[in-house]
Amino acid sequence: MAAPLLTVEDLRVDFPTRKGLVQAVRGISFSLGREKLGIVGESGSGKSMTGRSILRLVSAPGQVTAKRLEFDGIDLQRASEAQMRDIRGERISMVMQDPKFSLNPVMRVGEQIAEAYRTHQKVPRDEARRRALDMLAAVRIRDPERVYRAYPHEVSGGMGQRIMIAMMLIPDPDLLIADEPTSALDVTVQLQVLAILDDLVTQRGMGLIFISHDLNLVASFCDRVVIMYAGRIMEICDAKNLAAAQHPYTRGLLSCLPKIDGDGSDLPVLRRDPAWLEHGL
Amino acid sequence: MTIKVDRESGAGTGLSGLSLPRPLRVILSVIVTVGLTFLGLLFVTFIIGRVVPIDPVLAIVGDRAPEHVIERVRQELGLDLPLYEQFAIYVWNVLQGDLGNSVLTANPVLEDIKRVFPATLELATVATLLGVLLGVPMGVLAAVYQGRWPDQVIRVVGLLGYSIPVFWLGLMGLLLFYATLDWVPGPGRLNFVYDGFIDPVTGVMLIDAAMAGEWDIFWNAASHLILPASILGYFSLAYISRMTRSFMLEQLSQEYITTARVKGVKEWRVIWVHALGNVRVPLVTVIALSYANLLEGSVLTEIVFAWPGLGFYLTQSLLNADMNAVLGATMVVGAVFIGINLLSDVLYRVLDPRAR
Amino acid sequence: MTSQAQQAESEGLRPWLLSSSPKSRGQARLGRAYIGWLAFRSNALAMIGLGIVVTLVVVAIFAPLIAPYDPNAQILADRLQFFSAQHWFGTDELGRDILSRIIHGARLTLYIVVLVAVIAAPIGLLVGTTAGYLGGWVDAVLMRITDIFLAFPKLVLALALVSALGPGIENAIIAIAITSWPPYARIARAETITIRNSDFISAVRLQGAGRLRIIWSHIVPLCTSSLIVRVTLDMAGIILIAAGLGFLGLGAQPPLPEWGAMISSGRKVLLDQWWVATVPGIAIFIVSLGFNLLGDGLRDVLDPKSGGQG
Repeated sequence: MAAPLLTVEDLRVDFPTRKGLVQAVRGISFSLGREKLGIVGESGSGKSMTGRSILRLVSAPGQVTAKRLEFDGIDLQRASEAQMRDIRGERISMVMQDPKFSLNPVMRVGEQIAEAYRTHQKVPRDEARRRALDMLAAVRIRDPERVYRAYPHEVSGGMGQRIMIAMMLIPDPDLLIADEPTSALDVTVQLQVLAILDDLVTQRGMGLIFISHDLNLVASFCDRVVIMYAGRIMEICDAKNLAAAQHPYTRGLLSCLPKIDGDGSDLPVLRRDPAWLEHGL
Repeated sequence: MTIKVDRESGAGTGLSGLSLPRPLRVILSVIVTVGLTFLGLLFVTFIIGRVVPIDPVLAIVGDRAPEHVIERVRQELGLDLPLYEQFAIYVWNVLQGDLGNSVLTANPVLEDIKRVFPATLELATVATLLGVLLGVPMGVLAAVYQGRWPDQVIRVVGLLGYSIPVFWLGLMGLLLFYATLDWVPGPGRLNFVYDGFIDPVTGVMLIDAAMAGEWDIFWNAASHLILPASILGYFSLAYISRMTRSFMLEQLSQEYITTARVKGVKEWRVIWVHALGNVRVPLVTVIALSYANLLEGSVLTEIVFAWPGLGFYLTQSLLNADMNAVLGATMVVGAVFIGINLLSDVLYRVLDPRAR
Repeated sequence: MTSQAQQAESEGLRPWLLSSSPKSRGQARLGRAYIGWLAFRSNALAMIGLGIVVTLVVVAIFAPLIAPYDPNAQILADRLQFFSAQHWFGTDELGRDILSRIIHGARLTLYIVVLVAVIAAPIGLLVGTTAGYLGGWVDAVLMRITDIFLAFPKLVLALALVSALGPGIENAIIAIAITSWPPYARIARAETITIRNSDFISAVRLQGAGRLRIIWSHIVPLCTSSLIVRVTLDMAGIILIAAGLGFLGLGAQPPLPEWGAMISSGRKVLLDQWWVATVPGIAIFIVSLGFNLLGDGLRDVLDPKSGGQG
């Protein structure tokens, strides 16, 4: 593997509250090339915060620290706000969970996509419009002209998420963070959206961080899998070797999954060892 | 002084059962709602008019009139009819534009109101403009710097606006800027030397003077307007900035704001285009309400500044027990209130793509 | 003494109040109130507001003891005097001590806000909960009536009512109360509708409770906290409207030392003896500021979900 695209070393996210410090992420390290990396964990395990701290978008009381947070040779912790704005969207972008909330409700979706392009490319309005229409076609929207003029409340969840993907990929970033991109969608639509995401990421040779709570999905979709629990990484392994994972937490998660050819007996309850809080990877 | 506008007010009018196309149903339900509210308004003014302790008959014929004269006048005034018939006649007259005659000016009340209303409109409009142009940016700043000093300063400015009596602030303004500093002219709408120079076309002095090309008069009118309009505008600013702040705080925590930031959009654009674009919708209602409230707040301001508007007219009539004029002016203010609420409802539907 | 109280004695009141497993309904209630008080106490502005309101009440109660002079004693020789050791805030056009009139005026102010609140809040609560709980045409009719009253600007309707009833402090109170209840009805209705659909109300209904009982003993208590917040915030507005009516000569009649009326009489000598109108205005300002601060603080404690909205 060549020099990694992203290197994270000892990343911590803390929230000071009245009752004391809440540690959302407690010192995690991993690196990423132009590959698909899955991050799996329960809710509250810090996986979303990990994604947001890469973009430096953890909002106010939250504090992000790391020994190293480097993207393509750029130290993300030292970068100025203006440099960060150039990185956001153009180099790293992020698809969020629910298009119902992540699209601006009073702006036409086409304009929102075009805005993503025009933020980084100084092009005339109709050029950006043409690009946005192409991008809508690329996420397999049948009638791009109509959808371009639509408002977010007028499109379905699956369509909304495709619009979101179009918006995040239009500046052609090197790294895409997908934060539970399919959790808010119907099961049938989930697979379509994933297929589109997979195609585009592979075509463009981008890096992808795929954040999810769905172990099966991540295992089938990604190259490598990071297992997180309570702000720490429990284990990193190749997706195809997931079945041979060593860590008791991963084993526990795997044994909780129902199997079609299973014997129908009760699934075990996940056991959590407090010692895991102390010893992450 | 706030009113929550109920967006689903059309739902209560029992029209939901009819099978009409949606836009038509919306329009119909708005008409019914507004009509009922207006009728209720008339009913309230009618009732107030009936409970006046002064007997209108005795007021005309005097205490010592013989029984048959009293009876005749009572019939002429329609006071022998049952109450609901009297009310029907009252509604009919109002719809014809007949609000009765003013005892004080001997003119039809509607004529009087047409004459004085533009002065109030001018005052309230300039005040609202000031309130919006300053209040909205202040509210945005307060939200962006939540908890830091700009927020604290704006909060104090707002709190003062909620706590100071408007007439007292007007008096203090006159004391400071007119009597002590001599920056502005005293009460009134125009220097008396200019009286009668301008034919009222619109009744709004600034517009009339500008149309006539009388720039001396225009500047004189503007200098008379600035203090009362600033004082009223301050109250509008207090309300608008406070509401803008809370709307902005709500929007800035939404996920689509994060989306815009992820795209690399500049922070000013995130705030003023994305967040404010969404605040615009509820803000229209707030601005409309504040405008309507200024028509009310102007009653006291007009007294202090001897501003010959509707509030001044209302109070003068009141102190002279000129009931027709009082009820007419009250009704007109109520009707304007309903009209502004209706307008804000329409604007809301135009501005919010989700409500179309 | 009950055993719980003894326990409280032995362990101190604070842990008993903050206990996360209260042993009785009373303890739970007191505990909640105490936690609210702790949050309220940490809000400096709210404490200032509370201080102002408490001062107003104390001054109003003990006015005759505190005031250095009879508020209506006219000493024409001493008229329109500036601040001095004898008359801290000077004297008015009839030589009455302004400080004494302000102190006695506190009584009138308190009298007005308390009476308006006592009349308007229950009307609003009754109309709102009934409309919200019963729904249907009762709701439609009651809310239409509420809308009609909301269609009048408060001060103008109050003016029209006072002109019909005749000037005077009682009529001013009635007029302000009539213009004040509709927002309370709106709030109570909105709360009722959310409460009505909750599971615990269904449970009470399944136990066979009648409508009146459900409204009175389950819905009304839950509406009161947001209503108290709103009423407190409205007190400032009530004071301002009452002062406005007084200023126009339609509220309290002379020689009552009502603050708005005092400004009105001070207006005639504004340019030469500015303090006569200025001092009562400051009194009105401080008291309504106090109610605003108190209301804001109460809202943060009792009704956090309504945020900073006015």
